[in-house]
Amino acid sequence: MIKTDILIIGAGPTGLFTVFEAGLLKLKCHLIDALAQPGGQCSEIYPKKPIYDIPGFPEILAGDLTKNLLEQSKQFEPGFTLGERADTIEKQEDGTFIVTTNKGTKHQAHVVAIAGGLGSFEPRKPQLENLEKFEDNGVAYMIKDPEVYRDKKVVIAGGGDSALDWSIFLADVASEVTLIHRRNEFRGALDSVEKVRELKLLNKINLITPAEVTALHGDDTLQGITVTREGEEEVIETDHFIPLFGLSPKLGPIANWGLEIEKNAIKVDTFDYQTNVPGIFAIGDVNTYPGKLKLILCGFHEATLMCQSAFQIINPGKRNVLKYTTVSGIDGFDGTRKEAPKAVVQAIQ
Amino acid sequence: MEHNINIKVTDREGVMHQLIAPTDMAMNLMEVFKAYELPVEGTCGGMAMCASCQCYIESDHQLNEMQDEEEAMLSEAFYVKSNSRLGCQIPITSNLNELEVTLAPEY
Repeated sequence: MIKTDILIIGAGPTGLFTVFEAGLLKLKCHLIDALAQPGGQCSEIYPKKPIYDIPGFPEILAGDLTKNLLEQSKQFEPGFTLGERADTIEKQEDGTFIVTTNKGTKHQAHVVAIAGGLGSFEPRKPQLENLEKFEDNGVAYMIKDPEVYRDKKVVIAGGGDSALDWSIFLADVASEVTLIHRRNEFRGALDSVEKVRELKLLNKINLITPAEVTALHGDDTLQGITVTREGEEEVIETDHFIPLFGLSPKLGPIANWGLEIEKNAIKVDTFDYQTNVPGIFAIGDVNTYPGKLKLILCGFHEATLMCQSAFQIINPGKRNVLKYTTVSGIDGFDGTRKEAPKAVVQAIQ
Repeated sequence: MEHNINIKVTDREGVMHQLIAPTDMAMNLMEVFKAYELPVEGTCGGMAMCASCQCYIESDHQLNEMQDEEEAMLSEAFYVKSNSRLGCQIPITSNLNELEVTLAPEY
């Protein structure tokens, strides 16, 4: 059982900044995210795109914002459960919550902060018969451990950056990599496209376009796929099939947590962004209230206010006062201390 | 009004909506859907990176040409037809008056 003060569901910018604000109040955080890496949409959908409305940053790439937020929260040693989706929540007699993921990982916390954005990112699955039967038996929608594919035959489908990047990466790991895409053109970074072209010429990637995977074969585990190209079918032997058709967000199981929901968002009280269930907060794009704007900067504000109430829940009756980091410095949980340099008081002779 | 056009949108339940869209607010079709609270997520915010605003163009208006990003996204999306476009890539301009579109199924 993972125990923490604030369990944050969603490791996007709002969730990551919560770690920092909670840390200032000496509260420990743990984050759960369905994606394999922190950053939420910023790292998954548009890492290379600039954002112009983060206060103090005239322009910052979404990927760099994620990197900075991780750096800013590092000293407060957040824990991460990545690649797992928060599925169920149970309130305990002692007032804590236990949140269990789809992989069975249990987390216990006094406060739960849902910073889930538009929901957990679920892979967009191709419409193939038997697809579910082969999930985790040869079919995967996300690559968590590339070593699984060492010396195996792998078929990747998709035409975006992840399909290109993983084909390039696995070309040196797998015994055979086949990349299948519906069009001849790929949408991805130019150098990735070039690299795939190069690897194709070296026979390290078997490129099949314009084509689609139209059937899966095997008994208990995947043994092959049918690829259809311009009306002609061909069966290819493979150990793994990885369709990478992007992700779409779904509010998912959180919708069944007994929280008041309005238009796919969780209703909160703007005093502290608490939901109708005391101890469960919703911050960032996942919440709604009169006047709500889905902006990263609003998520930061909501996270900050929420932490004040979380402190009171975790430390009932304990006095606390707002401190300025410039005055008080920051004491990290890792033993580091940051503070403004002391002014020198010295007479000039 | 001078800066408004009419757009007919058929939603996923087959219900038709008459929308009035301003041409002077630098809006795109996805944003107009959202402004009228039609069930369009616009997940990526309008970067042609999610296809949640895919719609079918039912009238024979001359639309702006499809750029590479939109074409690539549509090549990966589901339920794509020959008249598919991403709403976020269609700027609201006066020549689109009486445009008729249908929302593509959600995926």
